[in-house]
Amino acid sequence: MADLWTGYLWPAIFIVLQIVAILVPLLIAVAYLTYAERKVIAGMQLRRGPNVVGPFGLLQPLADGIKLLFKETILPAGSNRIVFVLAPMVTFVLALVAWAVIPFGPNQVIADINVGVLYLFAISSLGVYGIIMAGWASNSKYPFLGACRSAAQMVSYEVSMGFVIVSVVLCAGTLNLTGIVEAQQNLWFAIPLLPMFVIFFISILAETNRTPFDLPEGESELVAGYFVEYSSMTFALFFLGEYANMILLSAITAVLFLGGWMPPLWIPPFTWVPGEIWLALKIAAVLFVFIWVRATLPRYRYDQLMRLGWKVFLPVSLGWVVLTAGVLVTFDLLPQ
Amino acid sequence: MVVQALCFYLFSAVAIASAVMVISSRNPVHSVLFLILAFFNAAGLFVLMGAEFLGMILVVVYLGAVTVLFLFVVMMLNINVAEMRQGFLQYLPIGATVGLILLVELFMVLGGWAISPEAAQVAQVPTPPPEQVSNTAALGNVLYTKYVYLFQASGIVLLVAMIGAIVLTLRTRTGVRRQNLREQSFRTRDESVEVKKVQSGSGV
Repeated sequence: MADLWTGYLWPAIFIVLQIVAILVPLLIAVAYLTYAERKVIAGMQLRRGPNVVGPFGLLQPLADGIKLLFKETILPAGSNRIVFVLAPMVTFVLALVAWAVIPFGPNQVIADINVGVLYLFAISSLGVYGIIMAGWASNSKYPFLGACRSAAQMVSYEVSMGFVIVSVVLCAGTLNLTGIVEAQQNLWFAIPLLPMFVIFFISILAETNRTPFDLPEGESELVAGYFVEYSSMTFALFFLGEYANMILLSAITAVLFLGGWMPPLWIPPFTWVPGEIWLALKIAAVLFVFIWVRATLPRYRYDQLMRLGWKVFLPVSLGWVVLTAGVLVTFDLLPQ
Repeated sequence: MVVQALCFYLFSAVAIASAVMVISSRNPVHSVLFLILAFFNAAGLFVLMGAEFLGMILVVVYLGAVTVLFLFVVMMLNINVAEMRQGFLQYLPIGATVGLILLVELFMVLGGWAISPEAAQVAQVPTPPPEQVSNTAALGNVLYTKYVYLFQASGIVLLVAMIGAIVLTLRTRTGVRRQNLREQSFRTRDESVEVKKVQSGSGV
């Protein structure tokens, strides 16, 4: 009996507690990211933003959540019911499961697996299924067009993202995320791999369907793209999934390029701050740029989007991988 | 061990059930969705065996790229389900033959090790134990040293296939106005704007 407790039950309970400890702050962060987005964009457009519900409008996300919860869930008559309901769940769950491998500090990670980078890449490449399923199951023309655009866009930008990740892995010498962060002890990869950092950031904008690459949901032509037919909680799941994905990809950027939990300099005022706070600050900085881009740039035309992905990013990132490998071998800088 | 066994039976049962659904479901899009589920469970089985690199690559390549395009194409097709049902019996002998050949080949591969033990020595590079080398490094060591020519050759075959597909589908239409970015960027004010002095009362 004691064996059962120490061998199976206690580890299972511990893992569940760890998952809750990540998910609860994450969901609160998602709620307040929507608030932050509205406030930041309002500031950039000389408006006030949400300021009525609660002090400084701080309860606005809660009010929005409750509003969505009490609305009616509509299943369109011609839709494919099972796939229609499954699609938002897939989007939401995929945005959450990837957090299993994100390291919050030395040894502070749920699953410290050898192929952490590949796991993240695999999960983020599955994100497109939620969108395609939603577009197809709605049985309506605007969602379908949105889903088609999204599939083409996400597959295109994943290729260059893959090459960017390869160049980071070349410099770190490991596929383990903790190892990648530790390889940035002295120098964040954003500095030697600056062009790759820029390409990666632009690719994650495309990967999360954010402005200037939000063609899948372009409201001026496709109403709202793939989630036109969704209402109430199914809509809320898409919305939460999209924002959770933004936070996730910002965390990946922080881990791959900005040194994860490491302070920028190893001198006292910086080293007093705990690692989790550094990671959170880096994620927040990347998210701010996400919002900043949304407030600044107009939407790309579709053929320009494809041209940028295939004719600019792909050759540049492929060339940079060769260059990185060449430099590492020539100057004998290969890790280990 | 109990948990591992339970996971194994869960993954394999779902994989087999969804594989059956791939060929038996009426809607082709549902077939592809079940194919995704089957691949995902196969990836789970790989991870369970300690081949985590293969599992992740299966998800990235097959689920992240191949099946997305597959689903994309199937969604576009206008498939008449009743028509497909009619063809089922017609193609059954061919399908059964292919399945039988694959089954025999599987038995030959697996049986070969049991019948002649010296066949195992053909595999000259033994797999290092997973505690010593991570399987990404182990695969890399074998692929880029011993089998480097075969590996590169398979890469070239894929490249040729890709170029072939592009050549077959590429067509240059005449009479289409294309955007020339270079021309646009190097345009100056002098060649694009013409300033005219217009006399009031008379047209241009």
